[in-house]
Order: sequence, then structure tokens, then C-alpha cells
Amino acid sequence: MKTIYARPVVMEDKLTHYCSGCHHGISHRLVAEAIDELGIQGRTIGIAPIGCAVFIYDYFKLDFIVAPHGRAPATATGIKRVFPDRVVFTYQGDGDLASIGMAEIIHAANRGENLTTIFINNANYGMTGGQMAPTTLLGQHTTTSPYGRDVKREGHPFHIAELMSNFKGVVYSARVATYDPKTILASKKAVKKAFMNQLEGKGFSIVEFLSNCPTNWGMSVVESINFIKEKMVVEFPLGVYKGGEE
Amino acid sequence: MSERILFKGVEAVAEAAIKAGCRYFFGYPITPQNETPEYMSKRLPQVGGVFLQGESETASINMVMGASAAGARVMTTTSSPGFSLMVEGISYLSGMELPCVIANIMRGGPGLGNIAPAQSDYFQATKGGGHGDYRNIVFGPSTVKELVDLTVLAFDLADKYRNPVVLLADGALGQMMEPVVLPEEVKLENLPNKPWALTGALGREKNLAMAFEMVPEKLEEINWRLQKKYDQIIKEEVRWEEYYTDDAEYIIVAFGTSGRITKSAVKALREEKVPVGLVRPITLWPFPYGILVELVPQVEAFLVVEMSAGQMVEDVRLAVGDRRPVFFYGRPGGMVPTPKDIVQKVKETMSLLDF
Repeated sequence: MKTIYARPVVMEDKLTHYCSGCHHGISHRLVAEAIDELGIQGRTIGIAPIGCAVFIYDYFKLDFIVAPHGRAPATATGIKRVFPDRVVFTYQGDGDLASIGMAEIIHAANRGENLTTIFINNANYGMTGGQMAPTTLLGQHTTTSPYGRDVKREGHPFHIAELMSNFKGVVYSARVATYDPKTILASKKAVKKAFMNQLEGKGFSIVEFLSNCPTNWGMSVVESINFIKEKMVVEFPLGVYKGGEE
Repeated sequence: MSERILFKGVEAVAEAAIKAGCRYFFGYPITPQNETPEYMSKRLPQVGGVFLQGESETASINMVMGASAAGARVMTTTSSPGFSLMVEGISYLSGMELPCVIANIMRGGPGLGNIAPAQSDYFQATKGGGHGDYRNIVFGPSTVKELVDLTVLAFDLADKYRNPVVLLADGALGQMMEPVVLPEEVKLENLPNKPWALTGALGREKNLAMAFEMVPEKLEEINWRLQKKYDQIIKEEVRWEEYYTDDAEYIIVAFGTSGRITKSAVKALREEKVPVGLVRPITLWPFPYGILVELVPQVEAFLVVEMSAGQMVEDVRLAVGDRRPVFFYGRPGGMVPTPKDIVQKVKETMSLLDF
């Protein structure tokens, strides 16, 4: 019998803590597939964020450090400067990267640190129970924007993939989603590219995932996928913002 | 044989770190310690090391965290407001049991304060500063020579105990020039092996560096293990200097720059046949409570001299209790006491006691 689908070698044989239908699991798997296919398991080091993905170290057979909230790009910088030949990646959510850690991500990116960042944008703070994030959509209800995000009060959502594409140190910035096979395949390509760039010593690469949060959005999984398709993609268009063509 | 070189404190600490095998420095400009990162930015590339100016003290301490997790000897230096920004990272480093050396060249506070020398970060350095039950080894050097020696020791103890070590100096010591003999440079291949480091899990189980445990029973266990380590440090690493204590009936306790100034005051008082002595804590944590307890029977009173409104005095009172009066003389806000001030304070308090 031929195996056509199996757990990536770099993934631990474990159930994750993520809620039913959450897209973190897909993003994890795409990272794992890239590591497997590039054959870099023994020299890859991960930086976990604070947020839902804080437990990522439990799901990968990789050395991991759990950095303070938002500081992963600085911690990654420290590791990479000691081991330029290792593959170092951060996996961060929108509160971690786009709010408290905005300075760290911008400076690491602008320095052109030879790192890979996987950025999960699910438009709210998942771990703490669904508060407003920098990426929360206008009008979106969260536990700290109960009347809907109002541009006069909370300003506009942050567009990270576009922002990152402006820095000279960034070689690759893409926004992807994982709500159907087509987007998943495109995501996989982006993640692999982001790791390839690092292996080739090109500089900083970031992949922003439009992700769902059925639990805190108060939606079924299907409804959450429709929310990404109908609302998030409108605010945050998918695509490669830098480093796509070659 | 090494020769004596005239060195400024904030540059001596940098060269001593390099001699100790430190090849990574991450820091942010703040007065009065700017010469340290400046020196490192020039020297580290010459010895195959890396200097990187972080975008903030917050980023810098987290870069230190990464380099330490990778197994390197790494350092940062800062001054009071910058140290405040670093304490988040220091709490994590302590919880992760990652070695590193952090020099705080203290200046006047609170807030922006000023850039004059002070000792008002004693509480912050010795009692925690950040959140959680953690301790850092804290040294209070009083001469440039001692700063050099303690910098080397700081790296060794950081690795030995897998713990951050703080060099708590002040702007006066930092800017002072004194002759020092630099130690022999350690060979990098002789540095301690770090099997816990994150190097890529090639042919071994993965290594994790985290100050995180969701199960309270397990986190309690981790905390007790840390406390056991701190107890061992208390047992083995307390250091202090005694000056004219043998026959002293009056003891002054002072560290760092005020310890050094107090030495001159004790010398002057001894010339007048006043039986005073000095206990100068070298480790501020662990604090040398023991020697103060031992001295209580022979002593009429204690005086604590600090460049603050009174912080270490609480540790001296903890040692002495109600058995003897503990007086305090302090100059906060960047003011430095003179030997004459201290002599006068000793005489004043002695007259209260019918000495």
C-alpha cells in the first residue's frame, strides 16, 4: 500500500490544544512540511510567541524558546547572530507581532535579519478570550470593542504584509489564507519560499496567514471561513507583496 | 605577564568581558555607560564577536536571551531607566535559567532622574525588580580593578549557576580611570559545555528554553528547585570586605562608591583613635548578613551610608534587628557623600549614644 498522506516527520505525535476548526493546525503543518522537504530539522530553531501558539514547542521535534510577549524577533536575532548557519523562525500572532512587538518585528525586518516569520492574523486576541487586536476589522465586535471597532476610537487595522514590504531588509512578504485547498497550496509555496530565502542567506521573510477564530468570533467553523472570504480578504487582500517574481 | 593599564570603568568592564570569553553584546545608548557599547562595537569584531545596537533596552535584553539560549557568553550594559526596561527580560532569563551578565551603571532617579552617580537601584537589583520569585547574583564593585575581577567572576558564576548576574556600579566608578591588570584571556574552547543550549536538535532530544508551566503543581516544583539553587548561592557565594573591624565598636556598612568613600572616612577617624570599622558588601545578593550578625556583640552601633534615600539599610536592619541602633546617612538624586560628611555623621550619632 502506498502512503499518500502522513504526519510530517518533524511533528510530534500529539493532539494540539487548538479549538475545533482553528486554522493554527494547518499553518503548523505547512511549516512542518517545509522543514521536512528542505531537510533542515536538525538545524532549525523555533521561537514561540505569547498567545494561542505559545504551545507550538510541544508539537515540533525542534529546539524552541518561548520568548516574552512580542519579543520573538529580538530573541531570534540573538540566536541567529550566534548561529548564522542555523534556520531560525518565529511564529507569532497579531497581538504579539502587530501590537506589543511592533518595534521588535520592524527593526528585525529592517535590519534584514536572515530570519523567517510566520504571522497568524486572526483579527483578535485568541488566548485571552477574544479582545480587540491591531488587526481587528472596522465594525468587528470583540470583548473590548463591544460596540464594534470604530475608526474614530481605535483607528484602522494594521496591514502587516504591506507594511513589511516597504523595508529594504525584507526580501519576501506575502499574505495567504488556509480556508480551501487552493489557498492552502498557495500558503505552502509561500512558507517554503520564506524558509528557502533564509537558507540562501537573502534576508528577512514574512508570511502573514489570514486565520480564523471560531470560538472567540462566536461562529461555526463554516461561518468563520465565510468571514475570512467575505470580510477579511476585502480588508487584507491576499498576495505576494514583495519578492514574488523571479 | 600582563601590564598595568589605565582604564576607565565603563571600558574596563567591556575589556574584562572579552577576556572572560564574551563575544556577544547587545545594548542601547544611555548615559553614563555609553563608552561600554562604543568600546564593544570596536573591539568585538576584532575578536570574531558580534556587537549589535538594539532598538531599545527591551529588544537588547531579548537579544541577550537568544544568544544565551544558543549557549554563548553574552552581556549587556545599561543605566537605571534602561535597567527598568530590562527587568521583564531578566525575569524570563531567570525563569529559563539562562546565564548572562548585565551591568547597571546607576544614575539618579526616579524616572528620568539625572545622569549623576547614584545607588538607588539596590532594591530593584537585589529584591527582584521583575515579577516572580527569582534572584540574581548582584555585585557591588568599588574600584575599577574590582569591577574587572568581578566581571570575569560574573561570567563564571552565571554559567555555573545558569543564572543572570548583575554588576551594580554607578556613574562615578564608570567614569573613573584607574590602573588595572587585565586577566589572561580564556580560551573559548575551555568554556563550560552547555548541553541544554538551543543548537538545533540534531541527533538528540529537543531542548526547550522557557519560563512557562501551566500546571501549578509543576510550576511550584520548578520554583522550589530554583529556590534550592538560590540557597546554594547564598551558602557559597557571599563576599564582603572588612576594614578595621577587629577592634571596631562602631561599624559602617557601605558598598560600591560609597564604600570606597567610607574607607577614607574610617581612615580619618582611626587617626583620631575613633574605633570604627567598615563592612563593604561585595555581593549585594546574596547579602552578607552573617558578618553583621557576628559583629553585633562587639559593636555599639551601625551606620549605613548609601547614595540613595536608604535601601541597603533595610538588609542591615534585618541582620542587626533591635539589638543595636542602625543609623543611616544617604545622598539621593545623584549626590555623593564626602568623607567629611561621613565623619561628621559618625560623631553625631556617637554623641547620641554617649560614646
